[in-house]
Amino acid sequence: MKIRYKGIKRVYIGLIFIFMYAPIALLIIQSFNKSKSRGRWGGFTFEWYGSLFTDASIIEAFTNTILLALLSSVISVILGTMACICISKMKKKARNIMMGITNIPMLNADIVTGVSFMLLFLTLRIQFGFGTILLAHITFNIPYVILSVMPSYRDLNPHIYEAALDLGASPVYAFIKTVLPEIMPAILSGGLMAFTMSIDDFIITHFTAGAGVHTLSTKIYSEVKLGIKPEMYALSAMIFITVLILLILVNRVQGSARKEDA
Amino acid sequence: MVKTKRIAGFLGLPYIFWAAAFIVIPLIMVVWYGLTDENGGFTFANVAAIANPAHSKALFMALLLSFIATIVCLLLAYPLCMFLVEAQKTSNSFLTMLLIVPMWMNFLLRTYAWQSILEKTGIINTFLTSIGLQPLRLINTNGAIILGMVYNFLPFMILPIYNALDDIDKNVINAARDLGASSRQTLTKVIFPLSLPGVISGITMVFIPALTTFVVSSLLGGGKILLIGNVIEQEFMVAYDWNLGSGLSLVLLIFIVINVIVSVLTERSEEDYAS
Repeated sequence: MKIRYKGIKRVYIGLIFIFMYAPIALLIIQSFNKSKSRGRWGGFTFEWYGSLFTDASIIEAFTNTILLALLSSVISVILGTMACICISKMKKKARNIMMGITNIPMLNADIVTGVSFMLLFLTLRIQFGFGTILLAHITFNIPYVILSVMPSYRDLNPHIYEAALDLGASPVYAFIKTVLPEIMPAILSGGLMAFTMSIDDFIITHFTAGAGVHTLSTKIYSEVKLGIKPEMYALSAMIFITVLILLILVNRVQGSARKEDA
Repeated sequence: MVKTKRIAGFLGLPYIFWAAAFIVIPLIMVVWYGLTDENGGFTFANVAAIANPAHSKALFMALLLSFIATIVCLLLAYPLCMFLVEAQKTSNSFLTMLLIVPMWMNFLLRTYAWQSILEKTGIINTFLTSIGLQPLRLINTNGAIILGMVYNFLPFMILPIYNALDDIDKNVINAARDLGASSRQTLTKVIFPLSLPGVISGITMVFIPALTTFVVSSLLGGGKILLIGNVIEQEFMVAYDWNLGSGLSLVLLIFIVINVIVSVLTERSEEDYAS
């Protein structure tokens, strides 16, 4: 009875895993498919991994995507961490209002957030392009940073910072030496979350991109009807495998560090 | 001390301005455009346009499909989370593998890949015909859209339920068993009620993106099945009728606000319970 229950458990977890990864496996297989049509296997090839680098439009979309993710996560980390310091010092009512507003982009539907940006930029007659996408990405990224950093910042012992001041440190020096190291893990995980959300976003980018500028997401969406170029599969497979390897390595390093601690 | 407080206040200024300019004002603009006509006069017509048969049908379809998708997500996620919590050791890195890592493959591509699995000459139908069965019509159906919703939003259901189940004190479960409760009674009278806040949070987190999606329906519905998200997207990007698009967005906002109220209320009752 016990063994059978354990078996059912394993099979169930396995099935969910397959459900999540089947499309990804298929896309990776597709990136090696010589035939350009989706349904047919035309033999194994590395061709798309080569021609990818000569396709200017894909490279440009890739650069835009990475640049947006980098800039928006760095800027939202800076603004968000500064905001945490301020919000945690606010009176309860003001703090609740600020946290309520911070929650709006997370609770709101992406399509409503997207159209609200579109209306703002249209009304102010701001030229749609890289800048408008960046503004939008920073806005939906800041909440991830604040929600990650805030609990860690409020858990700090304020007396350590005050002690540093009493001992003659300048506020900035005291902050860098006493506060920053404590909240660094939260800042990094908030920043990583922001980076991931920016990379994966399509809907908000769709409404704020305008004509000329493409990210990988908007480019894929525009190609869907005509058929997605195989180079796109190759690029996505490369990104995915790279991140997977990095994560496994980080896990290994952390795992062995933990073992040494013990 | 007064000085540091003032510095802290200044540090928050950029974000306060940012939030006002890019969170609050854009939302006010949706309300403004939704309640005016192209000449700027007040009108309720853009919101009332939801009663137009094409629009109300799209809203009804979106409500129906997202409701079913939410239920399916719940039914899939709950046993999974129970198994994962029981297994203990796996926890964090396994959850990351299951939920976060797939996000590094673009979600449009992942959804698009389901076409290759479901279409007429796709994997499932090739398999069915090879063993002598009739091919099924899978792609461009309501079922395909529900599958796409479940696939994309299942992680939002798994995370809160997993956290809620993981937080339950094991001694409470052991106490129930010691006092003679069967496994079923322990599940229905102890575990499930304690995990309810996580369940409700999961439901609210899956329902809204499913209700408002236009991507899943346009990738897996073949453009034939229009959801309210598709209608709004077309008003903005194809018809350029921003007033009508905003009016219909206001209808969505009503559902979002209800959703937020439900999740705030359950969080509050959870706090009461804790104190």
